[in-house]
Amino acid sequence: MDFLGGSLELRERQRLEGHTDRVWSLAWNPAAGVRGIPAMLASCSGDKTVRIWQEGPSGSWDCLAVLEDTHTRTVRSCAWSPSGKLLATTSFDATTAVWEHVGGDFECVATLEGHENEVKSVSWNTSGSLLATCGRDKTVWIWEMQPGNEFECVSVLQGHTQDVKMVQWHPVLDVLVSVGYDNSVKIWAEDGDGDDWHCVQTLNEASSGHTSTVWAVSFSSNGDRMVTCSDDLTLKIWDASSSPSETSDNSCGSWRLLCTMSGYHDRAIFSVNWSREGVIASGAADDAIRLFVESKDNSVDVPSYKLLLRKDKAHDMDVNSVQWNPKEPKVLASASDDGTIKIWELLEVPL
Amino acid sequence: MTLGLINANPVVHAKKERVARAEDSHADDAVDRLDVFDSVRDIRDPEHPYSLEQLSVLSEESITVDEKLGRIQITFTPTVQYCSMATVIGLCLRVKLMQCFPPHFKVDINVTPGSHADEESVNKQLNDKERVAAALENPNLRQLVDECLYSSELYSL
Repeated sequence: MDFLGGSLELRERQRLEGHTDRVWSLAWNPAAGVRGIPAMLASCSGDKTVRIWQEGPSGSWDCLAVLEDTHTRTVRSCAWSPSGKLLATTSFDATTAVWEHVGGDFECVATLEGHENEVKSVSWNTSGSLLATCGRDKTVWIWEMQPGNEFECVSVLQGHTQDVKMVQWHPVLDVLVSVGYDNSVKIWAEDGDGDDWHCVQTLNEASSGHTSTVWAVSFSSNGDRMVTCSDDLTLKIWDASSSPSETSDNSCGSWRLLCTMSGYHDRAIFSVNWSREGVIASGAADDAIRLFVESKDNSVDVPSYKLLLRKDKAHDMDVNSVQWNPKEPKVLASASDDGTIKIWELLEVPL
Repeated sequence: MTLGLINANPVVHAKKERVARAEDSHADDAVDRLDVFDSVRDIRDPEHPYSLEQLSVLSEESITVDEKLGRIQITFTPTVQYCSMATVIGLCLRVKLMQCFPPHFKVDINVTPGSHADEESVNKQLNDKERVAAALENPNLRQLVDECLYSSELYSL
């Protein structure tokens, strides 16, 4: 992303109120915000509900639906299927609900049970055929979508020694990353013959990994890099470093640390998200949002990253989630303990 | 679930004399360590009918407040090294502070260094807000916390 020399600003476009408890996560509907379909966002909260928000013709946002009376505890995370027709939501009640968007309504079409306790994250793979969930029971579950909105568990991945905080599928390959309370990042892939998933790499303290809970992970748009954020107050950028011997097995198990961003955050970093244009946003426990980009003007060959902007008091309390709009890459949504969601736009203001 | 009490014979201390504060010596809205201590000193220990102050689990000195940054730090000393109630005490402190102080305050709760066998593990749990939130949704645990907080009203005469 090139900036022409003006000054950058993260300008607040809208504040969405309605949740009656902290908002933990949000997700942009990948099929909306294009071809005349208004942009749509899902948010989930400690108030046990999921809210669906839609952008109106004038650019202001309204709450389209409140999905309630399904989860019986905090709804922790939500994710849209690639087609935008289904929404998966996970809860501290140990279930994952799948909702279908039909007209203006949302109907719960499946409930996935199996985790022993709080389910903390859900992610759809790029083709929409697989779903991954994770939780405090230290496991990662992979579910395969069957006809008629049925889901079958195809694997329960064990390996983490503590609570798993987030799972995220690679944008291109069917490779899964999980991160958690055991301070590690794990990469999972399928065996050649299929249906047998195993851990192909673990990035922990010994491999220059994080030294405290890893809260989130986000891939760059082509999946060559990923960024993780942690309670250890750093962001780490990892590179897939494919060399000829590794590309043959295509399991993406040779990640190496590229860069650590330290000294920029003084409290835990809960969320990180990489935009299509290469801007990394972070949301932290100091109520601020920070943006980072790759630094192009250095004489050294090693890639490095720099702080682009820091938005203090983005919210009145901790920022739990930051997500770039996949269709409008300069638009960012954030969710907070203060119960609100904010929509921001990254603007260059001429000097 | 242990059959006996973790610490059957706690040492009970006298309560520190309460200081009545003159109105003008203390700006109404500013929060200081005594305000924080006053809000938590009478929390009842989960196992004994005594307050955290009486059991020397907490003292005014174990609290730090940075009003400008909006930070409160508390360290507490469990009565025994292997106390399994340490996380419950920590939860009680979190809930009480959430109830008494404005939401923008960031709170860090740790056991006094060297005072607990699983110090790192206890500290990590107490400062992971997702773990804390989930624990407080557990009805049994919530009930225990509420009992420790509300019976403190009987002791603050």
